[in-house]
Amino acid sequence: MLPMFQAQSFAPSGGAAEGTPVEDLFREYELDGFYDETVSGDRSPRPASDRLCRRIAELAPGDLARRQAAAETAMRRLGITFSVYGDARGTERIIPFDILPRVITAEEWKTVEAGLKQRIVALDLFIGDVYGDQKILNDGVVPRAAVESGEGLKKACMGLKPPKNVWCHVTGTDLVRDGDGTLYVLEDNLRVPSGVSYVLQNRQLLKQTFPGLFSGNDIRPVDDYPWRLLECLQWLCGGRVENPVAAVLTPGIYNSAYFEHSFLAQQMGIPLVEGRDLMVRDGFVQMRTTRGPQRVDVLYRRVDDEFLDPAAFRKDSMLGVPGLMEAYRSGRVALANAPGTGVADDKVIYTYVPDMIKYYLNEDPILPNVPTHRCGDPESLQHVLNNLQGMVVKPANESGGAGMLIGPASSEKEREEFAAKIKEDPRDYIAQPTLALSRVPVLCEPTPEGELNLAGRHVDLRPFIVRGPETYVLPGGLTRVALTPGSLVVNSSKGGGSKDTWVLSGDGGDG
Amino acid sequence: MLSRVAESVYWMSRLVERAENVSRFIGVNLNLSLDLPDRGGEGEQWRPLVVTSGDQEAFSERYGEPTRSNVIRFLATDEENPNSIRSCLATARENARTVRECISEEMWEHLNRFHLMVRESCSVRGGEGPVDEPFEFFERVRQAGQQFLGVTDATMTHGEAWQFCRLGRRLERADKTTRILDVKYYLLLPEPEDVGTPFDSLQWAALLRSAGALQMYRQKHGRITPRDVVDFLVLDLHFPRSVLHCLAQADAALHAVTGTPPGTFASPAEQRLGKLHARLAFTRADEIVAGGMHEFLDDTQGQLNATGDGIHETFFAPQPA
Repeated sequence: MLPMFQAQSFAPSGGAAEGTPVEDLFREYELDGFYDETVSGDRSPRPASDRLCRRIAELAPGDLARRQAAAETAMRRLGITFSVYGDARGTERIIPFDILPRVITAEEWKTVEAGLKQRIVALDLFIGDVYGDQKILNDGVVPRAAVESGEGLKKACMGLKPPKNVWCHVTGTDLVRDGDGTLYVLEDNLRVPSGVSYVLQNRQLLKQTFPGLFSGNDIRPVDDYPWRLLECLQWLCGGRVENPVAAVLTPGIYNSAYFEHSFLAQQMGIPLVEGRDLMVRDGFVQMRTTRGPQRVDVLYRRVDDEFLDPAAFRKDSMLGVPGLMEAYRSGRVALANAPGTGVADDKVIYTYVPDMIKYYLNEDPILPNVPTHRCGDPESLQHVLNNLQGMVVKPANESGGAGMLIGPASSEKEREEFAAKIKEDPRDYIAQPTLALSRVPVLCEPTPEGELNLAGRHVDLRPFIVRGPETYVLPGGLTRVALTPGSLVVNSSKGGGSKDTWVLSGDGGDG
Repeated sequence: MLSRVAESVYWMSRLVERAENVSRFIGVNLNLSLDLPDRGGEGEQWRPLVVTSGDQEAFSERYGEPTRSNVIRFLATDEENPNSIRSCLATARENARTVRECISEEMWEHLNRFHLMVRESCSVRGGEGPVDEPFEFFERVRQAGQQFLGVTDATMTHGEAWQFCRLGRRLERADKTTRILDVKYYLLLPEPEDVGTPFDSLQWAALLRSAGALQMYRQKHGRITPRDVVDFLVLDLHFPRSVLHCLAQADAALHAVTGTPPGTFASPAEQRLGKLHARLAFTRADEIVAGGMHEFLDDTQGQLNATGDGIHETFFAPQPA
């Protein structure tokens, strides 16, 4: 009898016969003296990426580019976009996605995870301390002036006791790797960090467009992030209400991260609300529904502190809910993240995080800070001004890469102007040596001969941490790539792209 | 559910239905222009579409005299006409984007692709694509609209949000069926004495075909007579594009949302829709023809608008804090 399905005999497309030996994959690849995440110094794949690279080498010419194009089409169809600020018509763009994943070994991840947990626990204690007893300030470990001069300190939060004593429920910490391979913490995003939806979507896209890449690699899943977040939100209401109603609060469709707000609400299966959908009545936060007002118990809010409640913060806010802070203070609604976390999301306070870890936990920091000069210290200021060309100078309170000076890429005139700005308000600036950010190969336009063209681009990594009943670190995080050759700026608002990020469970090599 | 979300879902669904119906609507004339001797000139043949669309003023201001190409442009590709197919899809998609967490992923994906398809078709040859290849374009719009309906019914929980989808879709379809029928009032016959001749029948047939009703009509009534066409497109109990069928479905959706017992009302929306529904349910086609079809259709449109206002008042308008 014939078998029911007869197997068709053909050489699999991208069979070994058509491909390149893996040794040749990076023959033309330039390291330019940088640390590469995928390729080691002798241009052979690092052990964790070895299986991946063999897979790529086996592909028929043009296959990778075809899959890359398919991924971009899928993004457009799925409407995975961000809105461009300053464009009245609300133009949407996709964040360029590079199809080659970045791989992290299980061993390295173990350290990163422990380091992030340690850091977020200390930061959370610090925020509670600043708004409470202020022990760390009284003990002079962090100077009072450094805290009080920051814009992140919110008077309205003094004496606040957030539910379960947690302030930062969701954190996105930016990590970068320097030339010698050390991972540093670049900054802690404690307010309303975004990007996690791209982590989930990138994984989904890669699975769709390149399922073959996953076989044989033991990759830790990321899909349960929304569930972890929901669990955290419900936990915050624990003991207060029986079946808590949670919602995501968004500034609205023109916010650059709107896609993410909507995506997370959808994934968690909870309503996405805007300020105008909410009101405070009888001390409780209520949604305006087709059947009249309905109580909300916890908000995952993606609206900045300043705009949250015109009665407590900016009076002109159209995005907020009058009376929300009062309801929060009285414990009738939970907010994640708590208002006021910005006090620790400040580039001057950042320089004290290693001291906080020592002070609160009596431990040594597992993940180092980038060596940072506070321009507020007169000695450091002089050093920074004398060495501007080799430094990256950042305003203490900006995000998204705004208002930075990148010394090596600046002109004489730009440096002069920037020096004047620093001198005017030294507290507002910090300076760091220009790091030789690590690179990854990205797929570029094929060579004139039509051959696969991989080129190195600088990257960072933003892992996400959720503090619920337990502290959960999403394996991997968002790998952002500076797509412009030589550029160090990875922000999506400045032309950065992203990649799927794999954390391996095993060693990932051929063993 | 959130009032804002209900409103967005309602309009998303309404606008997709509108886009599909506009393509059907233009189909009346595309069918006719191939069948009929052109006695009144191009303008006379395309004017009825502009008049019955309800946007005559906006049209005249921008385009002047109607021609085949400017009417198609106005109704299909014009970004400044909020009721053009292109605008309907862009707005429907924008509404969907604000409620992605509440509709199914497949609905969003389908609608997003539908929108991109229309936008791309509309930019072919500087916007002349749909004008040059109208059949192909309108066919695709009609199909994509029907697919959206299928995806909605097959992937979205038939709960409150779905009922708002159904409500919006059915009210829109009821309105558009009256407008398709009303086109006949404005269509000129080659000669006055042509009433009841093959020309007359051709027009009625074109109209039925645009409403997707020709075959089903023939099954029920066979020969085409004005009275029977009215009976079928307005009063048929089982044909899903007849006005009465749409009203019955809309009424059921509305009561599913409110929980008020059928046949009773507790809000302006229910009262107005219930009245209109009852009126049609207890009317005969002869009475409509005798009282003037055009007047009847006009009045029905007015009441549908009032029902829409009632729905807004009852469910969407902001409640005081």
